[in-house]
Amino acid sequence: MKSVIRGAMSAAAMAAVLAGGAAAQAADDVIKVGVLHSLSGTMAISETTLKDTVLMMVDDLNKSGGLLGKQVEAVVVDPASDWPLFAEKARELLEKEQVDVVFGCWTSVSRKSVLPVFEELNGLLFYPVQYEGEESSRNVFYTGAAPNQQAIPAVEYLMSEDGGGAERFVLLGTDYVYPRTTNKILRAFLNEKGVSDADIMENYTPFGHSDWQTIVADVKEFASQGKKTAVVSTINGDANVPFYKELGNQGIAAEEIPVVAFSVGEEELAGLDTGPLVGHLAAWNYFMSVEADVNDGFIEQWHAFIGDEDRVTNDPMEATYIGFKMWTQAVKQAGTTEVNAVRQAMYGQTVPNLTGGTAVMNANHHLSKPVLIGEIQDDGMIETVWSTDKEVVGDAWSDFIPESSKLTADWTYPWVCGNCEAPTYATN
Amino acid sequence: MLLSNDHGRLLSPLGAKITLGLLLAAGVLVPLLNLAVPQDSVFHVPTYLVSLLGKYLCFALLALSVDLIWGYCGILSLGHGAFFALGGYAMGMHLMRQIGDRGVYGHPVLPDFMVFLNWKELPWYWYGFDSFPFAMLMVVLVPGLLALVFGWLAFRSRVTGVYLSIITQAMTFALLLAFFRNDMGFGGNNGLTDFKDLLGFDLQSDGTRAALFATSALALALAYLLCRWIVGSKLGRVLIAIRDAESRTRFLGYRVEFYKLFVFVLSAMLAGIAGALYVPQVGIINPSEFSPANSIEIVIWVAVGGRGYLHGAILGAVLVNYAKTYLTGAAPEIWLFFLGGLFIAVTVFMPKGIIGSLEQVSARVPLLARVAGGRQ
Amino acid sequence: MFRKVLRISLVAVALAVLLPAAARADLLQDLQALTEKSNETKAAAVESLAAGGHERALPILEAYLDGQLFQVKADDRMVIGEEAGKGYRIFDAVTGEAAGELGKRKLRKVRINNRLRQVVKAALGGLTLGSADPAARMRAADAVFRSAPAEMVAPLEAALASEENARVAERLRRALAATRLVNAEDSALRVAALQTLADFTDPDVRAVVAGVLRNDDAGAPLESDAAVRAAAQETLATIERALEFNRFLASIFQGISLGSVLLLAAIGLAITFGVMGVINMAHGEMVMLGAYTTFVVQEVFRTSFPGAFDYSLAVAIPAGFLVTGLVGIGIERGIIRFLYGRPLETLLATWGLSLILQQLVRSIFGPTNREVGNPSWMSGAWEVAGGLTLTYNRLWIIVFALVVFALLMALIRFSSYGLQMRAVTQNRPMASSMGIRTGWVDAMTFGLGSGIAGMAGVALSQIDNVSPNLGQGYIIDSFMVVVFGGVGNLWGTLVGAFSLGLVNKFLEPYAGAVLGKILVLVVVILFIQKRPRGLFALRGRAVEN
Repeated sequence: MKSVIRGAMSAAAMAAVLAGGAAAQAADDVIKVGVLHSLSGTMAISETTLKDTVLMMVDDLNKSGGLLGKQVEAVVVDPASDWPLFAEKARELLEKEQVDVVFGCWTSVSRKSVLPVFEELNGLLFYPVQYEGEESSRNVFYTGAAPNQQAIPAVEYLMSEDGGGAERFVLLGTDYVYPRTTNKILRAFLNEKGVSDADIMENYTPFGHSDWQTIVADVKEFASQGKKTAVVSTINGDANVPFYKELGNQGIAAEEIPVVAFSVGEEELAGLDTGPLVGHLAAWNYFMSVEADVNDGFIEQWHAFIGDEDRVTNDPMEATYIGFKMWTQAVKQAGTTEVNAVRQAMYGQTVPNLTGGTAVMNANHHLSKPVLIGEIQDDGMIETVWSTDKEVVGDAWSDFIPESSKLTADWTYPWVCGNCEAPTYATN
Repeated sequence: MLLSNDHGRLLSPLGAKITLGLLLAAGVLVPLLNLAVPQDSVFHVPTYLVSLLGKYLCFALLALSVDLIWGYCGILSLGHGAFFALGGYAMGMHLMRQIGDRGVYGHPVLPDFMVFLNWKELPWYWYGFDSFPFAMLMVVLVPGLLALVFGWLAFRSRVTGVYLSIITQAMTFALLLAFFRNDMGFGGNNGLTDFKDLLGFDLQSDGTRAALFATSALALALAYLLCRWIVGSKLGRVLIAIRDAESRTRFLGYRVEFYKLFVFVLSAMLAGIAGALYVPQVGIINPSEFSPANSIEIVIWVAVGGRGYLHGAILGAVLVNYAKTYLTGAAPEIWLFFLGGLFIAVTVFMPKGIIGSLEQVSARVPLLARVAGGRQ
Repeated sequence: MFRKVLRISLVAVALAVLLPAAARADLLQDLQALTEKSNETKAAAVESLAAGGHERALPILEAYLDGQLFQVKADDRMVIGEEAGKGYRIFDAVTGEAAGELGKRKLRKVRINNRLRQVVKAALGGLTLGSADPAARMRAADAVFRSAPAEMVAPLEAALASEENARVAERLRRALAATRLVNAEDSALRVAALQTLADFTDPDVRAVVAGVLRNDDAGAPLESDAAVRAAAQETLATIERALEFNRFLASIFQGISLGSVLLLAAIGLAITFGVMGVINMAHGEMVMLGAYTTFVVQEVFRTSFPGAFDYSLAVAIPAGFLVTGLVGIGIERGIIRFLYGRPLETLLATWGLSLILQQLVRSIFGPTNREVGNPSWMSGAWEVAGGLTLTYNRLWIIVFALVVFALLMALIRFSSYGLQMRAVTQNRPMASSMGIRTGWVDAMTFGLGSGIAGMAGVALSQIDNVSPNLGQGYIIDSFMVVVFGGVGNLWGTLVGAFSLGLVNKFLEPYAGAVLGKILVLVVVILFIQKRPRGLFALRGRAVEN
């Protein structure tokens, strides 16, 4: 019994030490920016670049005198592509490090994992990746594309005369929520356009799928039924390189069966000989090849920061860039980094995007962005072949899904809600 | 033989008392310091720390379950994460049902992801999970049943050693792939998330967190006592005999496969309980818990703490996870070097883990000897 | 009457005098039209270029298709550019004369897209049907087959009559039949065309034939001629039957190919794990190191010997073997040798090691994918028959896997080192007392296993990502293969790899990629229950330890 008491005493002492360590107060003269991107594990391949982008922006901001007269400090943590660890690290950033804003996450599941934490602690997350929509949180600003800013225009293009007039579609995706949602929306959209279910083939593969022989052969087979066929790919990350290699080697030419991808950007193509892929398509809101002064400046800044002339820029980097710029503007406007004040200042905030237009933050926490369709070139770049005339407003809730078409996301008065069928406050 | 079987160590009284004392003290003090002490006091334990420590305790329970079969029966399971995850999913399903019509699509019965995938009604295997007792039953039954079937097949046909390890890995990998599939009805890659409350208590309130922490501490303490009792009993002796010389034990007339099956099923159930406690505290359960890498990590916690010492497993789990928490924040770019180095150093320089090494230096330092549970 | 004759002759004279100038003006106009924004205008310009009959039309269209047609930003001149260093060596598009070099930024690329590529390819088909190069004629015939324009019937007939190359003649026959089918009015001619098409087992031909049988939106057949419909149905059935058989062959090839990948990934592990008993979790990272070695070798080739790029793999294979082999020896001497007799602990140490190696590679080469190119002899596919295309990279990997396996077996069976290795693994104390340096043999064996993993990495870099995660994707499969085949038996690994590959590929069409893989895992689990020591179990007392 005595030893139990002794044990209890030492436990109390340990708890006190831990508590004392955790209660370290944030210094008042710096503004802390949390960076929550995986630096190891499967997602490091994509997310590390975004961590560097945020560091570059912070560096840039400090060089031009900081924010509100204070220096800005980036707090980098590594959630290691481990989804529960994302939640833990988010809590650490908000509660222990007391950061003012967090830039982070890539996969949907990581966002879903941290969402309750941000809502509970009223933090602010900028999420820079194209995603499936069907969400609008008070504590998250979505600077990537929603499905109506990427998937739908891309399919419209494929069906147009310029895109080849496709009548038959193969929807290939990795089995997770983004492809499932996108394909569900696309199916509804295609049905509306008169494409029957018999002319749509849907196929899902696991993450990191590397043996594409059968599926590419199936696509060829499906395409040989006498109708012009196109492939819509929501294949994620690592699986793309073997997929495109198989495509190239099996000799599927872009003008016969074009493949339009929503998750393949310059960074993914950098690991690939794009010679056989020329003409296949990608839909994004930004391409490195876009000719605009602001883009040239950004690329130059990136090359100088990373110290490598061969590194490419991509869409999620632009989304990070826009998000960061918007946040600094909102902070300046609000005169504080306090989350509620910054959030109010965010609505209607505009930032020149990198393609020569203007990005606007809407009341549903999504951006207005232009949609670009590009063809892959043999130097690994993607050249725009079609773009929307003006910016498209990001839709949190898709019009093509019956359950969600009736929902509205609007965080300004009188709605003040992310998923409501009627305003929270009566107007009259 | 891998380990000597002096049973004095098994029942190391002082080490056990310290472990239990620490657990109970933490179970009482941490919630108390979190809830009752004002925020600006130096003794205040922030909520962030409560859920973090709660998570460690769940991992400790999981490590304990692995140590029971590996340390005392020589069954190296590289798929124990599967039992943990199944327990977690059972709890997650209950929490999903508790959301009711508060999901984004407001469907009274179906979870959001099912509404979204156009499911019209609840699949049969979701029935009953709205009841808490039923869900708790499933938390132990589902992992237990899987372990029973798997173990019965494997032990009966005398699959041992690395073969067993690899097929447990195949099992968890197959489950990983299965749960990834959205068509399975478990939420695919996103898993189950966005939980609201448990038994009517808001999961995001400090009080609920503190209670969950205390429950985890209690569960771990009870499981520890149970394991101690088992390894100290006659049954435990037979298990050790199986570990050290399976064939000889069989020739002595023991039905080796039944002993192994019993302890394997029990261990799976403990892992399931750990998973069930883990889910409400971290707020998400998804297929990555099934990944073989996670299961390997569990084994590493046990090895670091000291295989064949029950409190070693607990110590290892807490220590490695604390290192991970600390390093991913303090050295995000190079933490894997430290962690990898730690694993190598422990295996090469401390083959019996931390507790085992304490035991070795014990000859000179009597107190340590007693903590480590050496000869007295 | 006289006036009419005069007028005609006058026109003829004027034409004769003016044609070159007129053609030149048309050419310039068409070229200019290519830079317009509207794709309709561009398509019309391409067709007009092809129809104009100017000798420069062919090189211009070819350059356009290859993305080598530019407009000089300064003076809007149209030029053809060949890449030279950082800029382009340019040639005037109209005259074909060299016009010096220009930097990338000084040129505006004339944009092309898929639709225009199709138009250009069709146009080129018409232009190159009479080319001297059989390969070009073949391409032309295929292009005409795809576009099937009515005006090509006569040129195709002429080309077919004079064609001497049998393979080109086949393609011409195919193109002619398709063109007749689409354009002819005469029912008998079209039925005959369909009968000709039945000789071609080819998804593309199937697409054409299936096009005849299409229904309109109301469900009524688009083709009104019943005889043609019947012939099309018959042809379709013939093609389907042949394709069915080819699909079966393709599945076998795919299975063997997957098996060869599994074999390559597992064979190194069969040595470090199977023979030495080290549960080598860092095996995947050895594969990854091999892939990165390939990347480094190719970088050297790219910068120093760009002309010899096709031989880079010949250097990468031994380099990969040596680098990973040396790393393996280092690991064995530094870590593993302290752990013999404690197999489960090697698992922990090598797991730690794999974390370190991944992070090391990430720190050195960055976290993103690295480009490893396919040499030209590994690009593309061999079209054995319609619906049966064997890609060269996979064919070579099958060959490579088998060669590596054969060499390894020979090494173990016939060399004195192999003898020592077998002696040490079978009875260490006895081998030691016979004067074998067991430590040296251990190091060499681990190095051999690692080196083979490295060579596997060289091969896998041709079909997969080269990223720090490369190894993780293969480690579990490798263990499955070795355990399934029977630990300690290389033949088991061979048979195991190919059977798992084939089973997987035959399940995939029915169950889908994910479920297929799950089923394979379940099969392995159940199989181990039946044969607890794998397919080829070692017998004897050594097994029990």
